[in-house]
Amino acid sequence: MGYQLDFWALAGYLSLLLQGAGMTLALTAIASSIGIALSIGGAATARWGVRWARALIAAYVELIRNTPFLVQLFFIFFGLPSLGVRLTALQAAVLAMTINLTAYSIEILRAGIEAVPPGQREAGLALGVSPISVFIYVILPQAVANVYPALVSQIVITMLESAVVSQIAVIDLTHVADYIQSRTYRAFETYFAITLIYLCMAIGLRWLLARAGRRLFSGQPR
Amino acid sequence: MISLSLWDILHFLLLAARWTLLLSAIAFLGGGLVALVLLLLRYARPRLGAKFVYYYTELFQGTPLLLQLFLVFFGLPLLGIEVSPLLAAGVALTLYAGAFLAEIWRGCVDAIPRGQWEASSALGLNFLMQMRYVILPQALRIAVPPTVGFLVQLLKATALSSIVGFNDLTRAGTIVTNATFQPFLVYGLVALIYFAMCYPLTLSSRILERKLGRSH
Repeated sequence: MGYQLDFWALAGYLSLLLQGAGMTLALTAIASSIGIALSIGGAATARWGVRWARALIAAYVELIRNTPFLVQLFFIFFGLPSLGVRLTALQAAVLAMTINLTAYSIEILRAGIEAVPPGQREAGLALGVSPISVFIYVILPQAVANVYPALVSQIVITMLESAVVSQIAVIDLTHVADYIQSRTYRAFETYFAITLIYLCMAIGLRWLLARAGRRLFSGQPR
Repeated sequence: MISLSLWDILHFLLLAARWTLLLSAIAFLGGGLVALVLLLLRYARPRLGAKFVYYYTELFQGTPLLLQLFLVFFGLPLLGIEVSPLLAAGVALTLYAGAFLAEIWRGCVDAIPRGQWEASSALGLNFLMQMRYVILPQALRIAVPPTVGFLVQLLKATALSSIVGFNDLTRAGTIVTNATFQPFLVYGLVALIYFAMCYPLTLSSRILERKLGRSH
């Protein structure tokens, strides 16, 4: 065929690439923060909640974990407006990513909570500490430490899956790639370069979070 | 706008779901073969392949599947190969499944006690015989639940093939939505059909895991 690869065609789009990468990282950061905060409540409910609340959480987790993220995204972006809920592409993307991540991290945190020896809770209660404080100060730090690597993986997976939000025209890294390849007609080179950027971001994010984890949980017995 | 009855819509979606199942099956079988080769490379001595296997899994687990799909879709034509959406999705998902299955099965092989390797090598079995008669049969038992669990992930991943134009369940949803303007109903049904395909797998993975835990 005699096709010559030409990566220099991408050189003029550096600032656009940075913007896209920034958007991908921002989406991941927002969805992860909100999602993990919500899933702490969700996991505690799944463990100690009343029966109907546990059933609700279980249904939510199973429904999200057994359907594709792309379909969840389309349902939220295209489907919700017919209920009168109008969302911009960006809002829909954040909502879908958060809902998706929360389901997975509820399961992860629940496993972490179950791995904390019951004596910890009993000892806390026996000392007269309120159940809420026992959860926040005694159980939660140990539970998070137990499953921290799994949480990190889930955050990285969320970042990689966020490539799909380009399909509802959120200007993330993949959307930038679509734009560049439509201008340069260098589809393979563009997607190859973008794939490498994602790889570097995934490795960097994992490294950063693992380092933060060592800081956070260094004083704790494992 | 075309008005279709609920039954028409469901019928159309279910027909498309067959393509989702077919693509999942292709990717699972192909991925299983890739993973088996990677597994042999990983444990063969001298350990030349181990590094390659590491980079392979790192690459496929560290990049978005959507971009892997695009690379195959736009890359194969550069090699002079005509790609249909099914071929592109099949190749990309096979490579993707291979990386994940190799990683899952590696964990299962690592769980086999060292003594099994040593005893079988003391009995004079070569590497392939060790794998075939001693290690893999034992690893297979513990590999079943996580493999079935991965099947759920793979089935969901096939939804991305709709983006390169493969007529799977998700794309059928888009087509019907464009015709009927009922996205809430149609994508809701699409989600439910995916759920109906995935949830039995999730459940059986969980049951198998429990059974396996009890027999030890």
